[in-house]
Amino acid sequence: MKLTGAEILCETLTRLGVQHIFGYPGGAILPVYDALGKSKLHHILVRHEQGATHMADGYARASGGVGVAMATSGPGATNMVTGIATAMLDSSPLVCITGQVSSKLLGSDAFQEVDITGITMPITKYNVVVSRAEDIARTVREAFIIANSGRPGPVLVDITKDAQQASAEFDWDACGPQLPPKRVRNNHDQVEFDRAVELLNAAKRPVILAGRGVMLSRAMRTFEQFVRTSNIPVAMTLLGIGCFPATDPMNLGMMGMHGEAWVNTAIQEADLLIAVGMRFDDRVTGDLRTYARSARKIHIEVDRAEINKNVVVDAAIVGDAGETLALLLPHMQTRDHSAWLAHIKELKGDSAVRDIQSLPDSGHLYAAHVINDLWKVTNGGAIVVTDVGQHQMWEAQYYHHNEPHTLVTSGGLGTMGFALPAAIGTKFARPDREVWAVVGDGGFQMTMSELATIVQEKLNIKIAIINNGYLGMVRQWQEFFYDKRYVATPLIAPDFVALANAFGIRGERVTSRKEVVPTIKAARSSDQAVLIDFRVEQEDSVYPMVPAGAPLHEMIRRPNNPLVETASEP
Amino acid sequence: MQTIVAYVENKPGVLNRVASLTRRLAINIDSLTVGPTENEEIARMTICAHTDEKGAQRLEASLEKLVDVLLAENISGRSMLERDLALIKVAADQQNRPHLMELIKVFRGRVVDVAPESLIVEVSGTVDKIDGLLEVLRPFGVLEMARTGRIAMTRGNDLLRPPEARSGGKAETAPASS
Repeated sequence: MKLTGAEILCETLTRLGVQHIFGYPGGAILPVYDALGKSKLHHILVRHEQGATHMADGYARASGGVGVAMATSGPGATNMVTGIATAMLDSSPLVCITGQVSSKLLGSDAFQEVDITGITMPITKYNVVVSRAEDIARTVREAFIIANSGRPGPVLVDITKDAQQASAEFDWDACGPQLPPKRVRNNHDQVEFDRAVELLNAAKRPVILAGRGVMLSRAMRTFEQFVRTSNIPVAMTLLGIGCFPATDPMNLGMMGMHGEAWVNTAIQEADLLIAVGMRFDDRVTGDLRTYARSARKIHIEVDRAEINKNVVVDAAIVGDAGETLALLLPHMQTRDHSAWLAHIKELKGDSAVRDIQSLPDSGHLYAAHVINDLWKVTNGGAIVVTDVGQHQMWEAQYYHHNEPHTLVTSGGLGTMGFALPAAIGTKFARPDREVWAVVGDGGFQMTMSELATIVQEKLNIKIAIINNGYLGMVRQWQEFFYDKRYVATPLIAPDFVALANAFGIRGERVTSRKEVVPTIKAARSSDQAVLIDFRVEQEDSVYPMVPAGAPLHEMIRRPNNPLVETASEP
Repeated sequence: MQTIVAYVENKPGVLNRVASLTRRLAINIDSLTVGPTENEEIARMTICAHTDEKGAQRLEASLEKLVDVLLAENISGRSMLERDLALIKVAADQQNRPHLMELIKVFRGRVVDVAPESLIVEVSGTVDKIDGLLEVLRPFGVLEMARTGRIAMTRGNDLLRPPEARSGGKAETAPASS
C-alpha cells in the first residue's frame, strides 16, 4: 500500500493505540494535519505549544501510557522545550512530533527552521530527524518503545516536510522497530542483594523511601506486600504520593523540604533507609553531609546512573522496583518494629498541635483549609493536578491520596504554568474521574490561555486558584532569607471570575472559610468547567521548611502567633 | 585520569551526544578517539576523562543510557594497552640532523618526511613515551604537532566485544487508554 509520509504517521499512531494528540498546526507540519483530518485520531487544538506538551505529560501521568504532542517547526518546536524538560525530569513518557523544513533546506536558515534536535538533546531521552517517508513508521514505533521502557522519558521525532509529502510503501510487518543492539546487563548482583537482605532483617529503625518509580513499575501491590511483610513505615517523595495509601497507618507522609516534621526526623533517626524508585533529589535530602547519618542505605532503582549519584549507599539493586521487591519478599522476616513506630507516633503528636488545621478559626482563609476541605468534600477521590509553589506543597500535605496517579504535579523541574494544561491532558486520560486543577495566581497567569481549550473541548475540569496576590513561594523565601524584601513578588491579577466568564466558564469567588465547602459542592454538581478564585491569606507560609542546603532535621516550624494580614477584598 | 571504552552506532550525531553528555556532567575530556570497527555499523570510542572513579562510573552508566551507545565500560585499572600516535614536525638543518635521528631512534620513532629545514617524526606508544620524545625534541624547535589521542584495549581474555544482533526490543507498548 502506497501512502504519503503524513498518512503513514497517522496510520502508525493509530496502530500504536494513540487516541489523542495535543498540538498546534503550522506550515512545516501541514501535510500531517491534512492526513489527521482523514484519520480517527482526536486532535486537541491547544493555545500554546507549551500547553500541548504539558497536556501530553498530564495524559501520560494519569493514564500510565504515552502522551503525544505535535507542533510545527521553529517557534512551534521551541515552545515545546519547557514541557519536554518537565517530562524529562519526572520520567514521563512523551512522544513529541515536530514538523521540519524540507530536507534540501536543512541548515539554510529557512523560514521557521530551527535545530530542534540539537536544542532538545539534553532534555530528551532520545531525538531524531526523519527525512524519508519510508523511515517514519519504524522511527515512530521506536520512539514509543524508548519513551515508555526502562526509566521513561520524552522522545522527539522531527519530520521534514518533504518526508511528510513523499509517498512510500507502507507495510506494518516490514517496518518494525530496529533498535540498536544494546548490551543486556546482568544487573542482579548477588552480593549486593544478600547484603540488602541482611540489612533489612537486622534493622531496628528502618524507613522506606518511596518514589514515582513504584508507580512507573506498576508495583503498588508488591510494594504494599513488602510494607506489610517487613512492617516498615513509608515516607514518600512528592512524586511518590499515591503509591501507597496516604491514610494507611504505615504511611508517614511526604519527606523533604516541606515534608512533615515527623517524617524528616524519622529519616534522620533511622538506622536503615530503603529507597525504592527515587533518586535522592536535593529537595528530599537537604544537606548531604548530615543526611541520615546513622542509617545504612539500600537503593532499589531501575536507572544505574542514579546509584551513588547523590547519596552513597550500602547496597544497590539495579532493577525494576516491582521485580526487585518480589525477589526480596521471600527473604523478608516480619519484625516487630513497634517501639520505633511508637516513637514516630510521638513525634507526630507534637506536629499535630502545630498544624494549621488545629488552630482556632480566626476568620481568615488559609490555603491549607481550602485544600483540606477539597479533600474532605471529594472524599479524596479526585485527581488533583497542581502547579508549582506554595499551593503545591499544601496540596501534598493536606490532600490525602489513596490511589496511584491521582496527584499530577511537576516535581523535578518545578514548572509554573503546568497545572491548567496538564489537567486537560489528565481529563482526556481519565474522563471518568473528577479532575481538579489546583493552581496559584502566578502559575495560572502563565498558561491561562488554555481555558479556551477547555471550552473548545467541552471539558468538565474544576479549577481552584489559590490566590494570595503574591508569587507565594518566592515571597516566602524573601521573608525567611531576604529580610522580607518582597522584590517582584507582589502580583496583580485580572478579575479571575470575569476572566472565566469571558471564556464562557462559570466563575466563583470565595473569601471566607464558611464559603469553601458550599462553593466546592456547587462546582462539583455542575457537569461543566468551573473556576473558583479562593482569596487566601497573603503572607502565609508553608511549614515546616528545611532551608535549601540545610540539614534535614533543621526545620523552620510554624510560628505560634500566625497571621494578622487579611486577604484583600475583591 | 579514567579510560572508558564505548561501542556506539556509527551514524551522524552520536559523537555530539557523547560530547554533550560529558559537558552536562561537567567532566573534562582529555582525549576522545573514534574509529570504525570490523562491523561498519558500529564505531569504537576511547574516552580519557579527567575525573575520579565515581565520576567515571557515572559517565559509564550515563553513556549506556544513550540509545546509540551499545556498551560503555570503564577499563581504568584493568590490565590494558594504551596507544597514542603523533606526527611531529621538527626544525632540522644539516648540522643537527644526525643528532636528531639518533634521539628519534632511541624512542623508536620513524622519520617519515625530510625537507631542507625540517623533518616529520611518526611515533606511537604510551602517552609518557610520546611526551618524553617531545621533551627532547623541543630544544630543536617543534614546528607542528598532531596527536590522535589514546586508544586502549584490555589484554588477553578480557574481551570487550560489541553486542550482536539487532532486535525489535521489547514488545511495543501502546498508550494505555482509560
